Amino acid sequence: MSTETLNPKSEPSRWSKIWNSNMGYSFRRNPVAVVSMIVFLLIALASFLAPLIAPYDPYDPAQIDIMNSEYPPAWVSGSLPEFVLGTDDQGRDLWSTILYGTRLSLLIGICAVALQAFLGISIGLIAGYVGGRLDSLLMRLADIQLSFSTLMVAIIFLAVTQAMFGTDTFNKYAVVFLIAVIGVAEWPQYARTVRATVLAEKKKEYVDSARVLGFGPMRIMVRHILPNSLSPIFVISTVQVANAIISEASLSFLGLGMPPSQPSLGSLISSGFDYIFSGSWWITAIPGVVLVVLVLVINLLGDWMRDVLNPKLYKG
Amino acid sequence: MSLLSVRDLTVKFAMRDQTVTALNGISFDLAKGERLGIVGESGAGKSITGFSLMNLLSRPGYIDTGKILFEGEDVVQMNDKRLRNLRGNRMAMIFQDPMVTLNPVLTIGQQMIETLMAHRKLSHEEARQIAIVKLREVYIPSPEERLEQYPHELSGGMRQRIIIAIALLLDPQLIIADEPTTALDVTIQADIMELMLELCQSNQVGLILITHDLGVVSQMTERTLVMYAGRIIESGRTREIINDPQHPYTQGLINALPQQTVPGQRLKQIPGNMPGLASIPAGCAFNPRCKYATDLCRSRVPEAVHYGGVEVACHEVQRLNSDEDRQEARA
Amino acid sequence: MSDAKTDRPLLEIKNLEKRFDLDQGFLETLKFKQGKIVRESRSVHAVNNISLEARKGEALCVVGESGCGKSTVARLVAGLLTPSAGEIHYGGQRIDNLPRAGMQPLRKKIQMIFQNPYASLNPRMTIRQALEEPVRHHYPNASAAEVRDKVTEVMLSVGVDPSWAKRYPHEFSGGQRQRIAIARALTVDPEFIIADEPISALDVSIQAQVLNLMLEAKESRGLTYLFITHDLSVVEHFGTRVAVLYLGSVCEVADTATLFSSPKHPYTRALLSAVPQLKDDRPNHIRLKGEIPTPINLPKGCPFQSRCAFADARCKSEKPKAIHQPDGSMVACHAVEEDRLDAVAAG
Ligand SMILES: Nc1ncnc2c1ncn2[C@@H]1O[C@H](COP(=O)(O)OP(=O)(O)OP(=O)(O)O)[C@@H](O)[C@H]1O
Ligand SMILES: Nc1ncnc2c1ncn2[C@@H]1O[C@H](COP(=O)(O)OP(=O)(O)O)[C@@H](O)[C@H]1O
Ligand code: SF4
Ligand code: SF4
Ligand SMILES: [Mg+2]
Ligand SMILES: [Mg+2]
Repeated sequence: MSTETLNPKSEPSRWSKIWNSNMGYSFRRNPVAVVSMIVFLLIALASFLAPLIAPYDPYDPAQIDIMNSEYPPAWVSGSLPEFVLGTDDQGRDLWSTILYGTRLSLLIGICAVALQAFLGISIGLIAGYVGGRLDSLLMRLADIQLSFSTLMVAIIFLAVTQAMFGTDTFNKYAVVFLIAVIGVAEWPQYARTVRATVLAEKKKEYVDSARVLGFGPMRIMVRHILPNSLSPIFVISTVQVANAIISEASLSFLGLGMPPSQPSLGSLISSGFDYIFSGSWWITAIPGVVLVVLVLVINLLGDWMRDVLNPKLYKG
Repeated sequence: MSLLSVRDLTVKFAMRDQTVTALNGISFDLAKGERLGIVGESGAGKSITGFSLMNLLSRPGYIDTGKILFEGEDVVQMNDKRLRNLRGNRMAMIFQDPMVTLNPVLTIGQQMIETLMAHRKLSHEEARQIAIVKLREVYIPSPEERLEQYPHELSGGMRQRIIIAIALLLDPQLIIADEPTTALDVTIQADIMELMLELCQSNQVGLILITHDLGVVSQMTERTLVMYAGRIIESGRTREIINDPQHPYTQGLINALPQQTVPGQRLKQIPGNMPGLASIPAGCAFNPRCKYATDLCRSRVPEAVHYGGVEVACHEVQRLNSDEDRQEARA
Repeated sequence: MSDAKTDRPLLEIKNLEKRFDLDQGFLETLKFKQGKIVRESRSVHAVNNISLEARKGEALCVVGESGCGKSTVARLVAGLLTPSAGEIHYGGQRIDNLPRAGMQPLRKKIQMIFQNPYASLNPRMTIRQALEEPVRHHYPNASAAEVRDKVTEVMLSVGVDPSWAKRYPHEFSGGQRQRIAIARALTVDPEFIIADEPISALDVSIQAQVLNLMLEAKESRGLTYLFITHDLSVVEHFGTRVAVLYLGSVCEVADTATLFSSPKHPYTRALLSAVPQLKDDRPNHIRLKGEIPTPINLPKGCPFQSRCAFADARCKSEKPKAIHQPDGSMVACHAVEEDRLDAVAAG
């Protein structure tokens, strides 16, 4: 920290600041993090550009020909050259379907985590800052929520909605239902972590200083405490995105998620599962590998981030 | 022969993008039973000096060059076995925060007895007896009961006394105390200082006292080193340095104390800050803050010269003596 | 009527008490005693029946050892804690029971500077943001240019280079941060500053810089200080009056000069004698024996009895009251009241 060099220097750009920061440095030095980041960006980019990249549109019935069903991938004998990864049971090009499916999985994962984060951070901030009875009440709620496993809550909720609205309506709004249920089921993860950091930050003198200056609780929470509680929120968000993608896949696999007409990675794996013994292993295996790789790199990035930001925070 | 003799000690830290020098050519001697103070502001390198003497530096810090002769043997060259024998046995260290030194999950007795039995061939009972004697020496009331207590059950002053007792367990030749009383209240600090002084004098134990408090140095030590940015800038008898400092930094440090100014008047402050290791100025490290600095000061590092009863590293020390501020500092 | 009002001290603390409950929640208060379960909650008696006042333009120092309740007094006055009993008046108005909205006008008048400059600035705000925020909050109608001018003026007055504005606190040293923290407190033009050990985390040469700055601000802005410290040499230099605290009670309150030239309370005497002297190498330090009681189990009678050489039976049973002395100081000690202190010392 050179404090004597106060002469105005040219401001470094934002990117070079990040690149030269501690985080940028440890990122460059960590091959696992670099590879994970590259793989993740490739998957994310490819899936979000799916309409441009994919040779077929799996949502367009006009492009699907049932006669093309169950062609194997290009490197297996009996394949057709236009279907690089083969086709599924309905004759959809697997490569295109995986691209669209990954996009859906990522979208559901990220939106569900955004919902979790919104609920969890608000509740955690209030519980930690206000304290007392309200804190106990909110945290007991969190405990109760946590004591039901996410899948259990989701299965019950989705099964009931499916029965209530009928399969057609349900399928139409499946994305929304999935985001809502995964988002609501896991907020306590955020609430607990945020509350713990708020309790630690609240003791610091800058919070007292803000109180002496007469700022209201809203301003202190949002403007002062929240920006200082971001590191654990980042760390937990990566893990939670991975978890949400897995939850979505599991629910879809169980037939409670995305319908086969709008396949996510999970419903693809599920629909292919019936054909695995008839020899068409690729319909399940290839999306399965994509899912595993996606979740793995997100978790590896999360691990790296946790080590850099604070090794003591939030394990698991 | 002196007990400890440090020659040209240079310590560096290998940082991410550069290697910085934390200690630059430190040399001093300590006679048997002598009490030496090391003063300076935070970041001057006082603690690093203490750690180096016991060869306790850990990565990224390392001793680059220099010798540390303790009873004629070079600590820098010692193997692990010799070092273990040295630490605790012949040289002991006391830190600022007692809770760091004491293990919170072991009783005082377990910690003392284990230390004794690790270094000496003693039965458990013999070790216990020695521990009790040592606790008595530091005026711990009812030592038998204290042996069964955990560190958190004792007050800060009591803990620091126990640390001193542990340091004395193996009758070392030298104690290095790094800010031993900084965390304590003045009344307790006064007790601990009196105790340390008494123990060092009666057992002929050498003491290196690291502190930022000039009052403590003045009362505890015979000789003093003043450090700034990794170098010794002034050394000599404590009385001389306190009453008649020669280096502009030492003068500034003493004059900045509130006692040196009439109440209500402005204190005589030194402008600026101690530089960080990565940005130590060329020449005399003190030059940006020094009102006597010349071009020579900005280009060449001053050598230590003998002047007015002390060793001082300043190019301008002779000119200073005719300066009127000088008269004021002496008053 | 108006005469009486101008005569009142700016800050009055009356019989202030603060207890912190150690056992929170119902289950923790249940104790098993003599075969029965009883409900019992322990509390820390951090501040016990303290009365103090500060007049306009004064620098009232509060000294004492760690844990004696100095910071608690500061935080009570700043409104960061609510008292368990007692009253705090500022400018004739009772402030300890005001709601947040009622406190707003006073927030501009009473400001606080904290001990740890590494924690008292929000690490995620630039210096400019940190300094502009209070002005914007208290003068919502000020234009951007007015806010900027105000901040620049304050920055210059405390020696904070306006070119630092874009940087974050971690880029500065402790002394520079403390300057910035002082600047932040001064942006709302306060008249009363509570400073809780503002220099004890700083180096000697930096302490002098910050202390000078506070003296300058006092003179140029006519500030009144409540200055908390454990460093007696700073008190002698900075304070106009001193209150010595021990275990949450006031031992002695006196003008600085009076306290240092003729300390009366046995604890004040011990404290003064314990300060390491620079030039005098034969100090005659008064050695205190005995254990310091915890503020959880306060002894009956005088809080200082366990370490006091003059303690007698009365000290063990009756808590001494603060009594006016001929030289204007207030001392809470039976021995001083009975005038047996110097008799024993001489005998
Ligand atoms: N929030 C709290 N909960 C429980 N006890 C507390 C709390 N705050 C303060 N105390 C206790 O009150 C007493 C006085 O505390 P205070 O912080 O005022 O001491 P201090 O004189 O400022 O000491 P220091 O010099 O160490 O800061 C101490 O015994 C402390 O442990
Ligand atoms: N582990 C470390 N890595 C890098 N620099 C260090 C380390 N430990 C200490 N330093 C630096 O060495 C210098 C001297 O430190 P130290 O001896 O602890 O100072 P003090 O005089 O306060 O005891 C400081 O500038 C400090 O920042
Ligand atoms: S060498 Fe020069 S700059 Fe350094 S202390 Fe002496 S006069 Fe000052
Ligand atoms: S009241 Fe008694 S115990 Fe307390 S200070 Fe005076 S003499 Fe000592
Ligand atoms: Mg140190
Ligand atoms: Mg305090």
